Formats: sequence, C-alpha cells, structure tokens
Amino acid sequence: MEQGMAASSPMPQAAHPGRAATVARYMRRNPSLAVGIVLLVILVLFVGIGHLVVDTAKARPLSAPAMRAPSFQYPFGTDRQGRDLLAVMVAGTPLTLRIGFIAGFLGVGIGAILGFVSAYYRGIVDTLIRGVADVGLTVPGLLVLIIIAVSIKEGLTVNQMALVVASLAWLSPTRTIRSQVLTLRERGYVEVARLSGMSGPEIIFKELMPNLLPYLGATLVNAVSNAILASIGLEVLGLGPIDSPTLGMTLYWVNYNAALINGWWWWWAAPIVIILIVFLGLFFLTVGLDEIANPKLRRAA
Amino acid sequence: MRADYLAKRFGVFLLIIWLAATLNFFLPRLSGQDPVRATLLQQAQLGGYVQAGIEAMVKEYEQRFGLDKPLWRQYLTYLSDVSRLNFNYSIANYPRTVDEIIAEAVPWTVGLLGMTTLLSFTIGTFLGALLAWPRAPRWMAWLMPPLWALHAIPFFLLGLILMYLLAFQIRLFPMIGGYTAGSFPGLTLEFVWDVIMHSLLPAMSIVLVATGGWALAMRGMMVTTQGEDYVTFAEAKGLKSRTIFLRYCIRNAILPQTTALALALGQILSGAVLVEVIFNYPGIGTLLFRAIKENDHFLIQGIVFLVIVALGLTTLILDVLYPWLDPRITYKRT
Repeated sequence: MEQGMAASSPMPQAAHPGRAATVARYMRRNPSLAVGIVLLVILVLFVGIGHLVVDTAKARPLSAPAMRAPSFQYPFGTDRQGRDLLAVMVAGTPLTLRIGFIAGFLGVGIGAILGFVSAYYRGIVDTLIRGVADVGLTVPGLLVLIIIAVSIKEGLTVNQMALVVASLAWLSPTRTIRSQVLTLRERGYVEVARLSGMSGPEIIFKELMPNLLPYLGATLVNAVSNAILASIGLEVLGLGPIDSPTLGMTLYWVNYNAALINGWWWWWAAPIVIILIVFLGLFFLTVGLDEIANPKLRRAA
Repeated sequence: MRADYLAKRFGVFLLIIWLAATLNFFLPRLSGQDPVRATLLQQAQLGGYVQAGIEAMVKEYEQRFGLDKPLWRQYLTYLSDVSRLNFNYSIANYPRTVDEIIAEAVPWTVGLLGMTTLLSFTIGTFLGALLAWPRAPRWMAWLMPPLWALHAIPFFLLGLILMYLLAFQIRLFPMIGGYTAGSFPGLTLEFVWDVIMHSLLPAMSIVLVATGGWALAMRGMMVTTQGEDYVTFAEAKGLKSRTIFLRYCIRNAILPQTTALALALGQILSGAVLVEVIFNYPGIGTLLFRAIKENDHFLIQGIVFLVIVALGLTTLILDVLYPWLDPRITYKRT
C-alpha cells in the first residue's frame, strides 16, 4: 500500500506525509472547501475576538451617541438609536448563526429520520411521508412562515424564531435524503446485512448512515444557509425578534430609517459584508462537501 | 394521456388549495383567540389611526363569520368565501376590498419578475451551455467563480449594493418606487419610460443573481449529457461537433431547465418580496410588507392564498404539458 503510494507520487520523500500535509494537499484539490472554511474561520475569529475586546452591552440602544460615522472610538459607526454597530455585529452575528444552526439541525435531523424510514421501509409510510413533503414543497416557504410568524407575533425570541424557521426546514432534506437512501438500499452490502439477520434500525444506523455522512453534511450546511436566509427575510419584513440585534433586524432598522437614501452607508455596510461572508462561506462549504460526497462530480468537472 | 392521471393530478391541486385555505383559517386561531377580531376591536377602541367604518366592519365580520356559531360552521363559511376568491375588506384601507388592492399590485410584480425570469433563464442557459462546450473560448472558464459567488447572494443584498452605487453615488437611476411620485399613470411615452427606468435597478439585482443559478444548472446537465452513449455514438458516426452540441447535448439538457423555468414562473408572485421591499416597488411584496406593518390580516391571508393558488396552477399546467415537451415521458400505467 505504502509502496504503491510512493511509486505513484512524484516526490518520494512525501511518502509519509504528516496529517497536516495530507489535509493541505486535499485542500488544493478541493479549493471550494478551502475557501468556505477560510471564510467561516474569519467569521468565527471576528466574533470570538470581538467578544473579548468589545462590550456587547453597547449593542443596546442609547449606549452611544447617535449617527456617528466610523471613527477610532466607534470603528463601525453608530446607528440612529445609539447602538455601537461594532458591538451589534459582534453580538448579532452569533444570534443569526444560532437561528440557522438550530433550524438547520432540526430540519436535517427530522428530514434524515423521515427520509431513512420512508426509503427503507417503503409501503404506506413512504407514500404518506413523500406525499406530505411533496405537497409542502410546492408551497412558497417564506409566505407560510409569514403566516406562522404573524399568528404568534407577540414578543418572538431568537430561539422561537429558530423553531418557526425549522417548521418548514425538514421538507427538502426529507426528500433528498430519501432519494439517496433509495439508491443505497439495493446495494449488495445492505442485502448481506439483511440476510445475516440485522434489524431495520440496525441497518439504517450501522450500514446506511455512515455511507451517507458526507452527503448529510452537505445537506446540513445547505439547510443552515436556507434557514439563515429565511430568518433574515422574516426579520427584514418586521417579523423578527424586535429586541435582538441580529443581522436581519439590523437590516430591518436600516430599511425602516431609510439609511441608504440618507447616505448613512456605515449602518448597512457592516451587516451586508458579514451576511455576504456567511452565505459565500456556507455555499462554498456545500460545494466542497458535495465533492467529497460525490467524487464523480470531480471527474466530470 | 390518461384521464385517470389528469383526475389524480387535479385532485392534488385541489388538495393544495384546500390545505392553504385551512392553514390560513386555523393558524391565526391557534394562539387561543382570533387575532383578526382582536385587531379589529383594538383599532375600533383606538379610533383615529384607522378611518371610520371599523364599527361597521366588526359587525360585518361577526355576521359574516357567525362568531357565535361553532368553529366548524365558521370554517365552512370561510372555505366557501375563499372558493369564490372573496377575501373580505382590507382592515387598513376600508372600504376597499382585498381583491381590489391585490389586483392593483399584481401587474407590477408580474411585469418585473416575468421579464427578469425570462431574461436570466435565456442568458443563463446559453451561458451554461457554452461553459460546458469543449470548443468554447478559454476565457469563458474565468466566468465560473463570479457566477458561483453571485448565485450564493440573496437578491435583495445585491439590490442594496446596486442601489447605493448606481442610484446614490452615481445618480444613474431613480432610487425607489415604481414611478416618479406625483406623475400621472397613463399610457404616455413619458410615463412608460419612467416606469422602465424605475424597474431597471430591481431587475438588475434579480437578473445578476439568477443568471448564475441557471448557468450552473445548465452546465451540470450538459456535462452529464456529454457523457451519454448516444453522444459517443454520434461522435463515432462523424457528426459535426456543432451538430452534436446543438441537436444532441442542448436538446436533451434543456428539458430539466424548462421544468425549472415553469416552476420559477410559478414563483413570480413571491420570488422577490424583499427586493420589492428594499426598492419600495409597488408590487405584491411591498403590499405584503405594508400589510404586515399595519396588521392587516385579511390582506396578508389574501396574498398568501393567491400566491399558493398561482403556484399550484403552474405545476398543474406543467405536469399536463410535460409529455408534449419530452416525448420519453408518457403517463401510462406500467
């Protein structure tokens, strides 16, 4: 095995590469993954260092003079209600990410269970689950979320917001995971496991799940990204957690105060840059994970 | 095409419509009380803010929905109203009806989204096909990363950036609205030009993002078709590479694209709510935003229901037309 690697490698001295070198070499083959990880690490560093350096209490209104352009004291400027925008970004970015992660994990978790059960057992359970997912997917998600949010509008918290978004986040994972499992369950090793007397749940967890892990990873990142987009949409429409300084709420205040028309560029510049980094990072991470999950893509591209 | 397939498909359509109506009816009631009634009464007490007519509306509302009657009777009344597309009065704009207000906003949205969807589909599909063509110029490869990056950005974020650059810094386009405030809507050349100028920025922010999506999907399909046996066979027969590209690869790769186009056309009413809000464009999205701000439950429900019906109708038509587009598909029982 090692002999073979050394022979095919152009540099014989790299026959025993360290773990870091292996990772670095893989990253060069999969630049999307590298770009995605770098962008997200930048974000984590910003939030992490920010929490050490900046007083996040200043993200509340009236903690700074209003409408200051960026200066040494307020690097990101302040908004009309007297929030220090640097503090808002440091406090708000993890809140927005939290909504995305809670909703994304719930969505993919539920979607995975339903998808596996539906595809493995088939029959009436499958018909039912697939029917609900198909009908649910034909309905525009944002609008249903709006109806839900309007119905429980009073004092939505960040976590409740995540649950609202999660209520539809399982639909698309259910369907995509189901179709993946459908192709897997006919494979030989599943047949062997079945013949050797493994039970249904055992096969799902020990045989099917490990083979789908990279795919589940890509689905998860995608779901997180969609959840963040949906939550920002609701927030910009004024249906978000009004008291929380999330990125979407900041954009709501930007729109509410017509900051763009008034030339207060710093108010929207910071949240937009951070949201761009979030979406680009998650997008490239999905593409990179897809490539791990589906090496055929690499050869085709 | 078989009649029982048509009947089944139509049944699914009705099911979606019924679900949407039911959702609209029960979700607001889950919180215990009926928020529609609560809002009406609250505003009646406040007075002032909303015009007179609240009293009459509460009466009308109570009578129409028979609030003293059991829930299932209310539900049936609601269903029969909805089936006649009667969504009651707008709370914030009494005595105008929800139907009237929505009808005013629909042409704006359909115009903007219809144009941008078709435009980005055409450009994107063409670009995607070229990206996968082995004989395309080398520089085309450089288009991929920006297309990818743009495609990952939400429409409205790009809209904000474009608005700042092209309307605030360089005053090339008007900033917001569907037409200059105070001008008289009519079919004059001046007004049409005004409308076009106002729609260019929102249109650009949609087209730039959406084109990337279409191009990436088309490229993916092209790569798959190029690996098919019939393409290899065509090459072996010695067909011109242009013929193979146009008649074999594109003809097959374009089918899923057209399916996606039909679905995208169904999203026309709801596709760019936030872009409209950012640009204060007088379409469905802005109307929805205003309705949420004014707690106008009837208007919100009307819009949501209408959008769901439009989408259901599109998928229904698509499913019926599809065998005609793709001869391989027949709805016969196997």
